[in-house]
Amino acid sequence: MAYQRVAIVGAGITKFVRRAHETGKELAAQAAKMALDSCGMTMKDIESVSLGTAPDAFDGVHMKGEYLSDGSGGWRKPYMRQFVGGGTGVFAPIHGWYHVASGMFDTCLVVCSEKMSSCHPHPQGAFKTIFDHTTEQALNPTLIWIFALEMNRYMSTYGITKEEIALVSVKNKKNAMDHPAAQLPMEITVEDVLNSETLAWPVNRLDISPASDGAAAIVLASEHTAKRITDKPVWIDGVGWNLDTAYWATRDLYYPRYVEKAARMAYEMAGITEPKREIEIAEPYDPFDYKELHHMEGLLLADRGKAVEMLLDGKTQRDGDRPMCPSGGALGVGNPIAATGLMKVIEIFLQLRGEAGKRQVPGNPRCGLAQAWGDLMQVGTVVVLRR
Amino acid sequence: MELEKFELGATPLKESAMKDGKVLTLHKKPNLKYAWDNGPAIDRYLAELKKGRIIARKCNKCRRIMIPPRMFCELCWRPTDEWVYVEDTGVVNTFSICYVNWDASRIKKGDKPHLPAVIEIDGASDGMGILHVLGEVEPDKVKIGMKVKAVWKKPEEREGAITDILYFKPMRG
Repeated sequence: MAYQRVAIVGAGITKFVRRAHETGKELAAQAAKMALDSCGMTMKDIESVSLGTAPDAFDGVHMKGEYLSDGSGGWRKPYMRQFVGGGTGVFAPIHGWYHVASGMFDTCLVVCSEKMSSCHPHPQGAFKTIFDHTTEQALNPTLIWIFALEMNRYMSTYGITKEEIALVSVKNKKNAMDHPAAQLPMEITVEDVLNSETLAWPVNRLDISPASDGAAAIVLASEHTAKRITDKPVWIDGVGWNLDTAYWATRDLYYPRYVEKAARMAYEMAGITEPKREIEIAEPYDPFDYKELHHMEGLLLADRGKAVEMLLDGKTQRDGDRPMCPSGGALGVGNPIAATGLMKVIEIFLQLRGEAGKRQVPGNPRCGLAQAWGDLMQVGTVVVLRR
Repeated sequence: MELEKFELGATPLKESAMKDGKVLTLHKKPNLKYAWDNGPAIDRYLAELKKGRIIARKCNKCRRIMIPPRMFCELCWRPTDEWVYVEDTGVVNTFSICYVNWDASRIKKGDKPHLPAVIEIDGASDGMGILHVLGEVEPDKVKIGMKVKAVWKKPEEREGAITDILYFKPMRG
């Protein structure tokens, strides 16, 4: 397949907070401005804009893509909105990638903005309508049900305990203490997680990422353009995405097959044959703590049911052999849905450039991965980055 | 670039800022109503529920018996072929013990927690489950792999809805 090589050359992010004074447009503009400033570019240098944002129901604003377009720099430009639920934050850079890879544009600004706080009494209420209107909504489901059902199935398939899974939350919230955008950085213990309020067993409050407002942005450039902008481009060498059936109760939840398919697509493009060895650092999507382990398995970074062993051995710590979510992840930095996935891409970008400050992992990694997940627990989105 | 060298945007607001009027907010409750058409597959599913039966659809290519029934097989991407009655019994594939309501409010003190479960329906293909809730069982007695049976509303109270099954209860023996 012939395409232009695409690099990330700049990045920006706002703080992630429970409720921001700024509108979604203003958050988008703050992150976009920072991304342009970080690489000495202006909006005039941007040929196309890819926006990611999750359900319109959060904002109560229909056509949210259009609503956020001016803040994102999308006005009077080829502009496209991406939306695959929680998978959006990695789907938007994939779209930006093929705007540039196709040869259609030499630059693309990717912006992900989310304002969940507008929805009252709680943005979780907006999720009720993702369930089938006739066969499921009548049972009054909450989003936590599907996570609790999946976590229970995952735990009982492999004999993994809540104590073990809680270690992910402990790790990520601690990692977030070094992230300047973090909403929930904290030092907690496994007991704190187990003793926090039981929302839907096996899910306790500290197993879950928070609702957040925030935005993130990156600048993409073609190879010849990137080399004029920076001497430290980070290349998007593989992209993959995949969707499973919306009849979620009819597929076994213990394993995310669609994540594996997305990963295999990205690995093939990047020429990766041994992901366990070649992916040195990763940001799997962690809206709930068990999801980090579940996704490591889907991403083929751990054998099925064995991600927990890497966790217990300390391998997934920031100074371990295979750091997972060195940013602090959705659990620690926060989870403004679309912006979270892009925050993860930015973390790998910074880590590969050696610019992650106190969060920097040792060993000068050359190859990393960011992943997001969403819709009705059915979509996987993956990018492989190299310096 | 390092994030630490930038002043990051987003000004956090405390919960009280809205209540105290420090920020001005507009409150709005959209009043939308929907009448969803269910299509021939779910129409028949609901009509059979009203009669106290569960019906599935079979694809003669992959031979899956699918529930909820569907007019097309998403794996083979072709129309499904036959109606097949399945049992009103099944096996708990996974479950949760849930203390929050759909809008994240908490259940009332003393109320029993919700017991959502994925139930693999007997007679459908392996692993074919539906979302429903469990009843007549203490939360700590629920187990994955438990055999359960539907408890139906009285015939005269049924309305052709998934809630015509009140819940699934453990089978004895």
